[in-house]
Amino acid sequence: MDWRDQGALLSVRKHGETSVIIDVFTEKHGRHAGVVRGGTSRKIAPILQPGAQIDVAWRARLEEHIGSYNVEPIRSRASVLSDRTALAGLNAVTSLLTFALPEREAHPALYRQTQAMLDLLGANEAWPTAYLKWELALLEELGFGLDLSTCAVTGSMDDLAYVSPKTGRAVSAEAAGEWADRLLPLPPDLLGGGSGARENVVQGLETTGFFLINWLAHSHGNKPLPDARARLVDRLKREARDEQIRADQR
Amino acid sequence: MSEAPRDIENLIELMAKLPGLGPRSARRAVLYLIRKRALVLTPLADAMAAVAETARECITCGNVSTANQCDICASEKRAVGEICVVEDVADLWAMERAGRFKGRYHVLGGTLSALDAVGPEDLGIPRLIQRVIDENVTEVILALNATVDGQTTAHYIAEELEGRCAVSSLAQGVPIGGELDYLDEGTISAALAARKRY
Repeated sequence: MDWRDQGALLSVRKHGETSVIIDVFTEKHGRHAGVVRGGTSRKIAPILQPGAQIDVAWRARLEEHIGSYNVEPIRSRASVLSDRTALAGLNAVTSLLTFALPEREAHPALYRQTQAMLDLLGANEAWPTAYLKWELALLEELGFGLDLSTCAVTGSMDDLAYVSPKTGRAVSAEAAGEWADRLLPLPPDLLGGGSGARENVVQGLETTGFFLINWLAHSHGNKPLPDARARLVDRLKREARDEQIRADQR
Repeated sequence: MSEAPRDIENLIELMAKLPGLGPRSARRAVLYLIRKRALVLTPLADAMAAVAETARECITCGNVSTANQCDICASEKRAVGEICVVEDVADLWAMERAGRFKGRYHVLGGTLSALDAVGPEDLGIPRLIQRVIDENVTEVILALNATVDGQTTAHYIAEELEGRCAVSSLAQGVPIGGELDYLDEGTISAALAARKRY
């Protein structure tokens, strides 16, 4: 059995003294693990950093074997190392994919969105909004999509301000009425608009976080979400506070 | 039936667990030790027994020591206002080989890792913050690996120490003897960002 593909490296674990087991999110084969012989060497270890775009050739005697990878670097994405928020974003993406994706199941649409997301990290100020949309896409891809197109009560497309925690459907401000405090916020950034202000992104992440925990993680036996996501949210909250202080000073 | 007596087989099995050794090389090493009993085996056994008896973790920095405090922490010649944070003891030894840093160290014993569920408490980061307060530290130098996990840990510590003392990190860029053509784009962009004037 053998194939060749490209993908984003999600994780690296030591295997024996000189080898590592890597998890790669590939386009045609989904999240796929394999052994890299000599993966701890000075030549290969720098290539095997989470987030790196690599070309992989997988080979195994039988399909169900873990198999081994030959790895060639394509893009390192190491430039995010010096940007603490972008690095937190990279950790959140790779750890959520490791947590959520089933092995050896192709998700080409999510793969393309992940590529675009990783390329935006640190390169564009608006990447946190793209990250928010990526979390929506992750939920959608795994069967937990939110319906934010129309109000679940009135069917209206206007004034959508909340999300129902029970159904994951949008609710307009008018229809929410006295139930508003029991609903989740729906900032414009979740609807594809918005200014990209950190406060809105954080609000949006609280909403997607609710469904990641109560729907996605629940389906994984209630395992806790990776800490990396919480660290990203903390980091963005800090930036939102700083934005607020700067706005107050003006 | 085994080829060697039971005690020797036992020694071979134990040696085979050492890094860099497999069953065959462990067998060769044991045969060599037996042949050089007086010159190597006995002193080695004595040295290992002594280390097994006395080796421990320095209560202050986490370095390997044979006393409660390591030689670096106990030395009055080392500057007290600077702490260099390293991932493990091998990194501390590498820094000491360079001979440039004259302050004290703090060994984390790993890096933050979402995959392996390693959190700040597992790494003794709260103990580092306490040291910064207790020892009136003016600068913490983060000498962590230029990897995703290393830099994630560095950013976390820098954030925790914000407002308590100056925090710096090792420079990243072109290594001595390095050729630009062979460097990855991440290293080149880090080197360009940290360029200095002649």
